[in-house]
Amino acid sequence: MSSDVRFTDFKSDAQPTWCPGCGDFGTMNGMMKALASTGNHPDDTFIVAGIGCSGKIGTYMHSYALHGVHGRALPVGTGVKLANPDLEVMVAGGDGDGYSIGAGHFVHAVRRNVDMSYIVMDNRIYGLTKGQASPTSREDFETATTPEGPKQPPVNPMALALAAGGTFIAQSFSSDAQRHAEIVQEAIEHDGFGFVNVFSPCVTFNDVDTYEYFRDSLVDVEESDHDPTDRDDAKEAIFETGAEYQGVIYREDEAVSYTEQHGVDANMADIPDGAPDGATDLVREFY
Amino acid sequence: MYSDFNWAIGGEAGDGINSTGKIFAQALSRAGRHVFTSKDFASRIRGGYTAYKIRTAVEPVESIVDRLDLLIALTPRTIDENLDDLHEGSVIVYDGERTTMQNVEIPDEMLGLDVPLKRLAEEAGGAIMRNVVALGAACEAAAFPIDNLDSALQKRFGDKGSAIVENNQTAARAGQDYVRDSYADREFGYDLECTDADYVLLNGDEAIGMGAIAGGCRFYAGYPITPATDVMEYLTGRIERWGGHVVQAEDELSAINIALGAARAGARAMTATSGPGIDLMTETFGLVATSETPLVICNVMRSGPSTGMPTKQEQGDLNAMLYGGHGEVPRFVLAPTTVAECFHRTVEAFNLAEKYQIPVYLTADLSLAVTEQTYDPDEFDMDAVEIARGRVVDEESVAEWQADDGKFKPHAVTEDGVSPRTIPGTSGGAHMTTGLEHDEFGRRTEDGGMRVEQVDKRARKVDTAREREAFEPREFGDPAADDLVLTWGSSEGAMREALELLDERGVSVRFLSVPYVYPRPDLTEAVAAADRVVVAECNATGQFADLVEYDTLTRVERINKYDGVRFAADELADAVAAALDDDTTTTEVHA
Ligand SMILES: Cc1ncc(C[n+]2csc(CCOP(=O)(O)OP(=O)(O)O)c2C)c(N)n1
Ligand code: SF4
Ligand SMILES: [Mg+2]
Repeated sequence: MSSDVRFTDFKSDAQPTWCPGCGDFGTMNGMMKALASTGNHPDDTFIVAGIGCSGKIGTYMHSYALHGVHGRALPVGTGVKLANPDLEVMVAGGDGDGYSIGAGHFVHAVRRNVDMSYIVMDNRIYGLTKGQASPTSREDFETATTPEGPKQPPVNPMALALAAGGTFIAQSFSSDAQRHAEIVQEAIEHDGFGFVNVFSPCVTFNDVDTYEYFRDSLVDVEESDHDPTDRDDAKEAIFETGAEYQGVIYREDEAVSYTEQHGVDANMADIPDGAPDGATDLVREFY
Repeated sequence: MYSDFNWAIGGEAGDGINSTGKIFAQALSRAGRHVFTSKDFASRIRGGYTAYKIRTAVEPVESIVDRLDLLIALTPRTIDENLDDLHEGSVIVYDGERTTMQNVEIPDEMLGLDVPLKRLAEEAGGAIMRNVVALGAACEAAAFPIDNLDSALQKRFGDKGSAIVENNQTAARAGQDYVRDSYADREFGYDLECTDADYVLLNGDEAIGMGAIAGGCRFYAGYPITPATDVMEYLTGRIERWGGHVVQAEDELSAINIALGAARAGARAMTATSGPGIDLMTETFGLVATSETPLVICNVMRSGPSTGMPTKQEQGDLNAMLYGGHGEVPRFVLAPTTVAECFHRTVEAFNLAEKYQIPVYLTADLSLAVTEQTYDPDEFDMDAVEIARGRVVDEESVAEWQADDGKFKPHAVTEDGVSPRTIPGTSGGAHMTTGLEHDEFGRRTEDGGMRVEQVDKRARKVDTAREREAFEPREFGDPAADDLVLTWGSSEGAMREALELLDERGVSVRFLSVPYVYPRPDLTEAVAAADRVVVAECNATGQFADLVEYDTLTRVERINKYDGVRFAADELADAVAAALDDDTTTTEVHA
């Protein structure tokens, strides 16, 4: 792949309609930088976007892309990658898209460990539908549909991913541009399912999970003795401390990706203009 | 004496009924006889009963009939379940030493062959071969050369080693010898003649799977469901030979999206399911259609609604496929009419999907899926398979479809409605598409003018297909007859045989079998030329009959069967005769 790709090559000419200051800007910039710095080219990249404010990312980036149905982005990315493993596949969507309507797919995409990256733009709110509780909203977060808060514990994406057998589990913050791009880059480079939950504040509908809140509370695992290849360290970070972490929480370096596991390596778009050689053997089997 | 012979083995689920039946069907096929099988889950009493039925003749057979000549009954219930079909001279093979069969009563006019199946099997090497002993007994009673059974046993057990094959062959001979010795004075009156013909034996799901591989499909995603699972099981272990892959998804919401992703990556991709799965897939169906993604969605119909009767026949999903999903967007619906057609229409479905960048429903049903039928292998001529990928543009031609700034137009508004398509990896072809209404570049739009252009463009693909393709019905019967019978999908075989039965009664009709539901053939002339038009289908409301009336502005007579069992030729002949005889407009058929 050509090395002269700049991150702006991944930018489309569409003008984002996100609210000024929306966390999704920073999240997208980091994704573009990470794609460029890993040597990818828009013509060999496929982006799948969910539905939500976050899902608009497919429009604002330049590559092969599909902006699909709410909650089903991961299956689409799975199909793209398996049909042509040479493509770089990145899936992006919101916390509602990934952990509510698409939660079933999340668990199975993690298990399947297809070599692609999944970026969840987590603003702990439903942005596009104008401010209802999301599965990552705090228990007491008041919204129009939850006047006294959801009164349910929020989903813990890191815990879900670990329980499902995740091989790369990370968290980043859209306004920490440098770290965010690095972490997404690692997810791309990971040989398997690279999952990054990105805190991407919604400045319009979420007044608790704000830039300020994350800036004050985020702890970078890099700054401690956290060993991301140690499952116990990962468990402790996820379950015990109650802090908001950024960085690679867990990484399994020996993980074998789905395509390798199943010997899927062909570009399935390449087919002959008639039945494939040896197809008559299929008829003979029925004698 | 009939020219066909009807055979069955029945017992409890878990008695190995299917695999035993399949072995006998294979033996008949190897003997150069035609075979048409059906599986009977149709209990009139309670669940658990299952039977495998074979109709065989030297001439092609295409339907079940209500007559049974030889029955291997592993349980007393098997006899009760089949009393209506058994007749004077029917042979019933049973094991009188089996506790439950000790007091079994064989009707007077029938010939009971009490064969110690289990004991003979044990002597040959194991009780598990008890059904094979029965097959040997059946060979003797039907005067069918047992070496054909040997050959089928070799095929079935060959990979388990020669000892197993030989034990089974010994067990079969024990059954044969027992009948020969113990019923030496009996005349059975059957003689299953062999021919030199070489046939292949396959069912509709297998034909769909084979058609998919032949037609360039390399990717399948699905979630198991009766009666579509066999498509997935067929492809698994075979499609990989050509670099393909099968994914078992977590549900049908996922399955169709995985398949959609593969199709966007440029693969010929398919998913298969049945009614409940179609409901889930309907969510994504509109996205497939509006993003103009070529995808084959196979619906092997079963009885609905909801979980309905999961192992029973019905053609009840026509409207769901034609109209399912919110909004308005074109789709194609193909309905193969026979097992062989399942192969041909599958190849065609992939071509249509890519030529018109459209989702294609390929719909079979339970009766096609479980029917094993013999064909001349030339019916599946791989050299005749042609693959047309439509307007795929490569790096050289992509410039023709770019705007001045180099942006590619995946939804270019064209005269024939078909836009250019780049396969990811093609430089200069990068683009997005979306389930939102979009402009030529695939970017969201709410511009009224562009909306109308895109809606019209998508609709034009159907007009183009009507011009370029031959969506013709299959013609049978007397083309000059006064009356016309129409079916769609799997009822063709029963109706073809019904034509002969009607002929014997002096009733002559024209018969058109329709494999294309949308776009469909123009039936206006055929309907106008007919005195009376009868539409027969396996559903309660006459969904296809509605379409015919809508298209031709002519009232038709309806034959509707929705008891969960396909049409039998004799039953359908009666129903057609009755529909032509009086002036009721709906005939309900219950077996
Ligand atoms: C099937 C379906 N149900 C509901 C919606 C409406 N809807 C659009 S986006 C969304 C939630 C978005 O939340 P999230 O995924 O967190 O994305 P955000 O807007 O916060 O980025 C909902 C409920 C839809 N588009 N489709
Ligand atoms: S509503 Fe919130 S998430 Fe949506 S664009 Fe505005 S700030 Fe961003
Ligand atoms: Mg959100």
